[in-house]
Amino acid sequence: MSEVLMEARNLVKDFPAGRHRAVHAVSDVSLELQEGKTLGLVGESGCGKSTLGRMLMHLIPPDSGEILIRGTPVTWLSDADFMKYRRMLQMVFQDPYASLNPRMSVRSLIAEPLETYRLHESRQETTRHVLELMSTVGLPEEFLHRYPHQFSGGQRQRIAIARALAPDPDLIICDEPVSALDVSVQNQILNLLKSLQQSRGLAFLFISHDLSVVRFISDRTAVMYLGKICETGPTEDVFREPLHPYTRFLTASVPMPDPHRRQERPKMAAGEMPSPISPPAGCRFHPRCPYAMPECSRTEPKLRRCGERQVACHLEK
Amino acid sequence: MKEALIQKEVLILDGLCAGFPARRGEVRVLDHVSLSVPKGKITGLVGESGCGKSMTARAVMNLIRHPGRVTGGRILLEGRDLLSMRKKERRMLQGREMAMIFQDPMSSLNPVMKVGKQVDEAVLVHEHVTHAEAKRRTLEMLEAAGVPDPERRYHSYPHQLSGGLRQRIMIAMAMVCRPKLLIADEPTTALDVTVEAQILDLMKEMSAKGTAVLLISHNLGAIARVCDDVSVMYAGKIVEQADICTLFDRPRHPYTRGLLSAVSSLRDGSEVLSVIPGHVPNLARLPAGCSFSPRCSCRGKECMEKTPEMREISPGHRIRCLWEEPGKKPGEKELETEGLAAE
Repeated sequence: MSEVLMEARNLVKDFPAGRHRAVHAVSDVSLELQEGKTLGLVGESGCGKSTLGRMLMHLIPPDSGEILIRGTPVTWLSDADFMKYRRMLQMVFQDPYASLNPRMSVRSLIAEPLETYRLHESRQETTRHVLELMSTVGLPEEFLHRYPHQFSGGQRQRIAIARALAPDPDLIICDEPVSALDVSVQNQILNLLKSLQQSRGLAFLFISHDLSVVRFISDRTAVMYLGKICETGPTEDVFREPLHPYTRFLTASVPMPDPHRRQERPKMAAGEMPSPISPPAGCRFHPRCPYAMPECSRTEPKLRRCGERQVACHLEK
Repeated sequence: MKEALIQKEVLILDGLCAGFPARRGEVRVLDHVSLSVPKGKITGLVGESGCGKSMTARAVMNLIRHPGRVTGGRILLEGRDLLSMRKKERRMLQGREMAMIFQDPMSSLNPVMKVGKQVDEAVLVHEHVTHAEAKRRTLEMLEAAGVPDPERRYHSYPHQLSGGLRQRIMIAMAMVCRPKLLIADEPTTALDVTVEAQILDLMKEMSAKGTAVLLISHNLGAIARVCDDVSVMYAGKIVEQADICTLFDRPRHPYTRGLLSAVSSLRDGSEVLSVIPGHVPNLARLPAGCSFSPRCSCRGKECMEKTPEMREISPGHRIRCLWEEPGKKPGEKELETEGLAAE
């Protein structure tokens, strides 16, 4: 069992939505990130997965709950005090067209974090480090003085990854890093991330709505629905034998690239995710769940441990 | 014989070319695109971003923005050539005989108008009916598009609806005049998987009722689920065309093979994903010969010199590639090929 790098305990985040209402983006979520491992976080849009990622990154404060890095609580540290932890955490965003400053060259983009943390004495050393990072992510040296608009989406995402790697972090939070890319390029980036993890012992929190991507890259997977985690476990177990009805529904919905397997999907879980402003009482999935029992609309199932996995469902006891 | 063919094919594109003027000459975004969309079937058009699949749809709907324009070829809707029609005549067909839905339903709907009224509008513009009759048709169509509680939803504004419901409204709006052709440009890309499945089922239902559907998508999973025939596009050209099973079972163009193995390697638990090296070329600076040759793993000398033409390799299966058979590179002599195979 590897060491716990980061732990979140009972995180809650509501956003005001006017007229004394609130969007319950994340409700009572606990999870663990282990050193050198990848945790995949999947769910549909609006389930709170990005909000969770941002809270872990110390970009937005939680309403309540606690975040610990290697056992030290860091939730309420000021930005200045958080600096030394921030170096350990980096982030890669979804849209490489929006996350890179168009007026900065590749050199200054990648050098920026090195300068922020004052890692080098001289300009030459910084440039050498930048070139080293560029070769790590597969960018040729002659790109050093080019600007983001001269690159394709995949190359931009490589720049963003080099930036994240610059301060030599322990954890990179990837928020949908490949959703904006085409399949052929998407795979190049996924291969890069996986090999970086193996060679540098990095931990990843990999947020995505794409189940097959998460299955490829993650050691463990957590499934989120309406601000709550409904199932976690080793990736292969979760995909091969989903315990929660929502996970089952999600895995069955992914269209297979095989015309011979136009599987008759179970006619289950019609409709869409309800609004997080007024989540249903009891189990949040019960209005769409084909196995809903009277109990499901009354009491909320707790996340229960069964072996290496955890599931929040009244059916699993 | 020929007439029977025309009857079945609702839309035929024949050597369609389109381009944008550039500093030197013209950037050709569609290069001799030929395909047909038969009645009651879903025809898929698949490719990566920038390959020209949306331009194809826009050319049919006459939506290409100035200064882009169609520069050649024919677009036949049930045998009538759209490009030689007068503007007004063509305008009357749009919305009534052919309709289109877009990727992002939020930006295609009027945010300050009730969605029911927006569907009504489609009927009122094209047919001489009363408002009451239009409303009746709208409610009927909303029901058919799977909108729950249509009476109530008729009075909703777009921002009050979820993404899936908005796309259902768009489909209702497109289908309310019972068009013969429906063009769907990435209709599920902005939606979640669970909703995507529902919308794809709905499209299947619409085509079963007799509408010809042209489904444009980058998602091979979605294409595999509902399409009958598929065309694969790369850099403005169609590179492979076949029925769905042939294309997925026996893809012949190296690009199609690359795409399919990229997608399937994500699913079969491989340690390293298969990729197509490089990236999509800039249309203004296309490589000589075959546009795919710089990224192609099976290119031969000839590929960099000769531009391949579309050719039929078995009934209904066409490729734009010089590759004769697996293991044999174009332009190389038999002997060399044997030498390669032995390695």
